[in-house]
Amino acid sequence: MARLTINGRSVEVNVNPSTPLLWAIREQAGLTGTKYGCGVAQCGACTVHLDGAAIRSCVVPVAAAEGKQITTIEGLAAGSVLHKVQKAWLDHEVPQCGYCQAGMIMAAVALLKSKPKPTDADIDAGITNICRCGTFQQVRQAIHAAAKA
Amino acid sequence: MITKAPKIDRRSFIVGTAAVGSGLALGLNIPFGSHVVRAQDGSPEITAWVVIRPDDTVVIRIARSEMGQGTLTGLAQMVAEELECDWSKVTTEYPTPGQSVARKRVWGDFSTGGSRGIRMSHEYVRKGGATARVMLVQAAADAWGVPASECSAANSVITHGPSGRKTTYGKVAEAAAKLTPPANVVLKDPKDWKLIGKSVKRLDTMAKLTGAQVYGADLKLPGMLNAAIKDCPVFGGKVKSFEAAKVKGMPGVRHVVPVGDSAVAVVADTWWEAKTALDALPVVWDEGPNAQVSSATIAEMLKAGLDADQAFVRNQNGDVKAAIAAAPKKVEAVYAYPFLNHATMEPMNATARYTADRCEVWVPTQNGEAAFAATTAASGLPADKCEVYKINLGGGFGRRGAFHDYVTQAVLIAKQIPGTPVKLLWSREEDMTHGRYHPVMQAKLTGALDAAGNLTGLHCRLSGQSIITAVFPQLLQDGRDNLTFQGLDPSGDFAFGYTVPNLLIDHAMRNTHVPPGFWRGVNINQNAIFMECFMDELAHAAGQDPLEFRRKLMSKHPKHLAVLNAVADRAGWGKPARGVHRGLAQMMAFGSYVAACAEVSVSGGNQVKVQRIVCATDPGYAVNPAQIERQIAGSFVYGLSALFMEECTVKAGRIEQTNFHDFDSMRMAQMPKVESIIMPSGGFWGGVGEPTICVAAPAVLNAFFAATGKRIRTFPLKNHGIQMV
Repeated sequence: MARLTINGRSVEVNVNPSTPLLWAIREQAGLTGTKYGCGVAQCGACTVHLDGAAIRSCVVPVAAAEGKQITTIEGLAAGSVLHKVQKAWLDHEVPQCGYCQAGMIMAAVALLKSKPKPTDADIDAGITNICRCGTFQQVRQAIHAAAKA
Repeated sequence: MITKAPKIDRRSFIVGTAAVGSGLALGLNIPFGSHVVRAQDGSPEITAWVVIRPDDTVVIRIARSEMGQGTLTGLAQMVAEELECDWSKVTTEYPTPGQSVARKRVWGDFSTGGSRGIRMSHEYVRKGGATARVMLVQAAADAWGVPASECSAANSVITHGPSGRKTTYGKVAEAAAKLTPPANVVLKDPKDWKLIGKSVKRLDTMAKLTGAQVYGADLKLPGMLNAAIKDCPVFGGKVKSFEAAKVKGMPGVRHVVPVGDSAVAVVADTWWEAKTALDALPVVWDEGPNAQVSSATIAEMLKAGLDADQAFVRNQNGDVKAAIAAAPKKVEAVYAYPFLNHATMEPMNATARYTADRCEVWVPTQNGEAAFAATTAASGLPADKCEVYKINLGGGFGRRGAFHDYVTQAVLIAKQIPGTPVKLLWSREEDMTHGRYHPVMQAKLTGALDAAGNLTGLHCRLSGQSIITAVFPQLLQDGRDNLTFQGLDPSGDFAFGYTVPNLLIDHAMRNTHVPPGFWRGVNINQNAIFMECFMDELAHAAGQDPLEFRRKLMSKHPKHLAVLNAVADRAGWGKPARGVHRGLAQMMAFGSYVAACAEVSVSGGNQVKVQRIVCATDPGYAVNPAQIERQIAGSFVYGLSALFMEECTVKAGRIEQTNFHDFDSMRMAQMPKVESIIMPSGGFWGGVGEPTICVAAPAVLNAFFAATGKRIRTFPLKNHGIQMV
């Protein structure tokens, strides 16, 4: 049993503390916007924020997230008002299948927090998620647009 | 007019209905209209493709699957074009395969592969929209007591010209649905299209930005359990035994069950519990004779095919052997292409609920009808007791079309726990090692050049796997698999673009125990590398410019030539380019003509930066150019990931790669700038999702040769120490 704070809400999760945070988010908190892609921190589909920093939740145990603020894709918009990164994603029609996009958006939000006006090189270094549909051109455009918003 | 942003939850009807487990019930004949077919909410169906709600909402039925390629929006554009409806009021829904069976396939083919979503259904979906428009106008005319010829429709509003009276589709839908559909409708001339050809926004973006979109892996049903599965690591092997007692007491574990004769599954409250227990489950396999097979033994078998006497001939003219024997200059090269996994971002999954008189399956699928067939077969129930609900796909690329092994598994598990819905999700490791792999192929190419450097003879001998033999053997033609020759055919949708006086393209079929499957582009990937890199080799052997060398062979193939010329012009072929080197490739595939010019820079001899790729496509008609651009760029990510970093190798009968650490995929930093030239010439319908994938790799390889003087003929490039930076 552990207590997590997800999107500002306190959630009891009935799991072994070694359970990856990803599965507590998906199967205990019921928030399925955060995706399973690889389980070994390669693809980034499971990216969430832990105290504002992007992490790959498939390799972070629940025990390491206790007492910290966890933000998932569901917690990004303020009610019905999209976060500026989501808005840029909508304007640039970034997603194709969309499965990797929650992780991609969470990575972009974290990048813009540390680099409010990122260069292309910053984006190359900061966005390491896999997208098999190949949305990278639109991701780059949308990050630049969000930086200007 | 058509720029209004889409509403947020266009797919919520499908997902919401599926999530509560009742499924869709399209086309119910509820007896409160005379012969009116109604949607589940009671709104009248005008044609099978169009439902109009009283509030003027237009529901367009989409039989093909949306997996990111934009087909859903494109098909809706086609129907709406002829329907003359208000695009801002359009929403979509999937009919179910069970309804398709009950209604004698009124929506046609569900299969969404082979870049056929739009090109194979454009006519009947437009007719579905046009027929509905005629009926709606007739209903308004009847109500007004005027001839329909005096009425017109635009933007969901019907106007009687002489009187100026107006009504809306929503108001006349009930009456229209009672009319007999006209037997023949006239479709618009393409020059009159207003919606087809416009880059309208996709209908399905919003839910992908908020986490709201439900993929198969995300499905929740009341009382649902979760399953993790392990199939025999050696294809063709079986389960000998497993010790269920060792894991039965682990947290959450409810069942440990055999699945067919080759797999075992753990069913638990959560998937993580199921997977944890499965990892701890002792299983003994009967690996069978295939455990002796390795990549080396497969390569030897294919190599023998390169010079074998027997081969299936697909494209032949003149006397190639005589031409080669007589040529003053002969060029020969051998290429090889590896197995590849699809590695969709969402691993394979399916959810099934079985009782003695009903079996339901929720599955992300490229072909609802094939998923339905797998459901009926595995459940043993008749078609009228089965149903399949299509859930959003996290990528398809061919893995989720012809193959529904995961549906079969889910049903076989659910049958052992009647009444309980079970969601089966593969781990990435299971997915990587139990694919339906891009086939392996080798090729020996031999070219004959005369004294002036003209190509007088060309033999391309393919040796390797046949997908059709493994998957649809009934489609073989006297044993020959025509799909193997994609892009090298004498004519048709995959027509070879060169005229060579003496030509032979044949295939020595060499099948393996590793199951082959369709893959984005599939056989055009290796065929384009074989042919377009070899054309480059021939041009250099002849001392000629690769573009000019090709042009001489292409005068009878003007559409192939047009796209090649377009990329050469845009890229500045023949003009100096500081620091970059260029390479070309062209192909025809899935009915479209495509070409690419790649610009690369190489440092240290092996650090390759693909700076820019200019790509041209002539798909006949371009329904939504913005989405075509995205398919071009996306296809390059898939194709170049394969070229530089991907292969599946075989050791002791099993696939060695298990996850993205050893089957990598391109990242942001490696993405080249992609420039698209969309040049639809009209008069035919070509595909979009796949054709362009094949030209990226040979264009880059030819540019790498221009930069380094090195020809690479086996893949991926990482095996040569070459990295994409």
